[in-house]
Amino acid sequence: MPELATNEALSAAAVSKRFGGLVAVDNMSFSLVEKEVLGLIGPNGSGKTTMMNLISGAFKPSSGSIKLYGHQISGTGASRVASKGVARTFQLVRMLPAMTVLENVSAGGVFGHARRWGKELDDYAHALLRRVGLPNAGNAPVSALTYIDQKRVELARALASDPKVLLLDEWLAGLNPTELKIGISLISQLRTEGCTIIIVEHVMHAIRSLCDRCIVMNSGAKIAEGTPAEVLADHGVIRAYLGDENA
Amino acid sequence: MSNLADTGPAVRWGVGLNSGELRKLLISAGIFVLAALVPFVFGGYPLQLAINIAMYAALATSWLLFSGPTNYIALSTAAFFGIGMYTAAGGIEILPYPVLILLAGVAGAALAAVVGLATLRVSGVYFVIFSLGLAELVRQIMTWLQHVLGTMSGVYVTIERSEPEYYWQLLLLTAVVYLVGWWIGRSRLGFALRIIGNDEVVAVHCGINTALAKVVLFVISSAFASVAGALVAPRWGYVEPVVAFNPFVSFQVVLMALLGGTHRLWGPLLGVIPFVLVWEAIAIEFPNQTTLLLGVCFLLIVYVIPNGITGLIEDAWRGRGGSTEGPLQRAFAPLKKLLRRNTDHA
Repeated sequence: MPELATNEALSAAAVSKRFGGLVAVDNMSFSLVEKEVLGLIGPNGSGKTTMMNLISGAFKPSSGSIKLYGHQISGTGASRVASKGVARTFQLVRMLPAMTVLENVSAGGVFGHARRWGKELDDYAHALLRRVGLPNAGNAPVSALTYIDQKRVELARALASDPKVLLLDEWLAGLNPTELKIGISLISQLRTEGCTIIIVEHVMHAIRSLCDRCIVMNSGAKIAEGTPAEVLADHGVIRAYLGDENA
Repeated sequence: MSNLADTGPAVRWGVGLNSGELRKLLISAGIFVLAALVPFVFGGYPLQLAINIAMYAALATSWLLFSGPTNYIALSTAAFFGIGMYTAAGGIEILPYPVLILLAGVAGAALAAVVGLATLRVSGVYFVIFSLGLAELVRQIMTWLQHVLGTMSGVYVTIERSEPEYYWQLLLLTAVVYLVGWWIGRSRLGFALRIIGNDEVVAVHCGINTALAKVVLFVISSAFASVAGALVAPRWGYVEPVVAFNPFVSFQVVLMALLGGTHRLWGPLLGVIPFVLVWEAIAIEFPNQTTLLLGVCFLLIVYVIPNGITGLIEDAWRGRGGSTEGPLQRAFAPLKKLLRRNTDHA
C-alpha cells in the first residue's frame, strides 16, 4: 500500500448519483485522513445514506470516483470494497437471524479485509464481543438480544474485518437515552483506539462529542464543512434544517 | 441452524473434530454399513424399493446442498439427472462405464456452471421458474438432437448389472454426497452460503462474492444429480427424453427434502424413506391422480410440518411443542400467505 504524504484514507472526487431524474448525490468531494472521525449530517433525504452506499459499493456512482488509500474502489462492487477494507453497519440493523451471536460477529471476519478462520476467528470474535460489551452472549440466538445489543453485534461484525474505514449509518438511531450514552462511549472508545470512521447521524450532541470534522449535506450537495461547532453555527446549515425564519 | 448453540460449541467450522462430531460421523458410518447389508436380507420387490430410496436419497441430499443454505428452490434436478442418463446412454458403445459416470458428473457440472452464471443473479420465484424450465429446455434440445441425428426417440443402454450392484452404487453415491455436504458445512464456503441464506446484503458487505459461492454450490449439487442419472440409466435400459427429463422427479426431490427437513444435512434421508414407500402405495392405488396427490402432499408438508421430520424430532428432543421457523420456511412464507389468501376468497 503506497502511503500518501497526507495519510489520506478515503477520498471522494466529484461523486454524483442519479436515480432517473432525481439527483441523490450531487458532485460531492471530500477526503478523510487516517484516524479521523468524520460526521456526515444533513436533513432527511439529503443524500447521506446514498453517499454511504456509494462508499461501501452498494451503488455505483453515476460520475466521479472514490479512492481508498489511493486505490479506486468505486465501481468494483460491494464485496470487493469490503475486501479492500471498508466495513459498514446498516441504518436499520441487519442481523443474520438464524445464526448465533458469535457467528454473526464471525461473519465479518472471514471473507473481507481480514481473513481469519478456525480457532483464531473464534478467539477474535470472542474478543470483539467483550470489546463491544457482550462478553457472555456468544452462544445466544440473535433474536434473544435487545435492540442496543443487536447494534453492538453489528458493530462487532463490522470490526471483525479489521476495517481501514468504518461506516456507521445512523448507528445511534432508535436508542433510548441510557442506550445512547453507552453507544456514544463505544464509538468514542473506537476513536481513541485510532479507527477511521465516517458517521451519519442525527443525534447532534453525539456529532459534537465524537467528530473531528463535519460535512453537511442538503439536497445531495455539500453545503458546509468544518468542525462540528463551526458547521452547526453556519447560517446555511440552520436554514437547511429549520427553514428561513430561523436563520 | 438456530439451535447450533445448544448442540455444541457455537462455532464448529474450521476447528478440529470434537468428540461429538466424531460420534456423529461414526453413527452415520454405522447406518451406511447397515444399509449396505439390505441386499443380503431383501430381494425382489423390497430391494427395488430400496434402490429407489437410495437413488432419491442421493438426489434429495444433493438438492439440499444448494437449496438448503441458500433458500433458492431449485426445480432443476430432472435436467441434470437426465443429462447424466444421456451421457451414460450416449457413450456406452464408446467408453467404459466408470468413465461415463465421471463424464456425467462433468457434463452436469458444466451445464450448471453456464446456467448458474446466467441465472443465479435472479432470486426468489424467478429462479424457481427458470430452474423448472431448464429441464424442459434440455428435453426439447435432446428430442431435437435425436431427430436430427435420425435415431429413434430413445437410446438403449445395454450393460449387465445386478440389482444389489445398483443399490450399492447409489448408496455409495449417497454417502459421498453426505460427506461432501458435511465437509462444505464445516468450510468457509458453507459458512458463506449460510450468511447468504440469512441476508444477502450483509453477505455482500462482509466481502462474500455471492454469485461465485452460489454457482460453486449449484455446480457441486448438480454434478451429483447427473452422476445419479448415469448410475440408474442401465437399469432403465431404454432412455428417452420424456422419461429422463421428467419434471416429476424434480418436484418429488423437493418434497422429500421438505418432508425430512431442510435445516439438517441428514433431513432428506428421513424424508425419502417414508415418501418413497407412501408414494409407491399411492402410485399403485391411484395411478391417474398422481399429479393431484403430489400437490396435496406439498400442501400437507408445508402446512402441517413446516420444519419436516427433523424439526419434529428436535422439538420432541428439546421437549417443547412450538416449532421454530427454518430459513426455507421463511422463504415459503409469502407462498403460504398467497395460498391462504386464495383459499379465503374461495
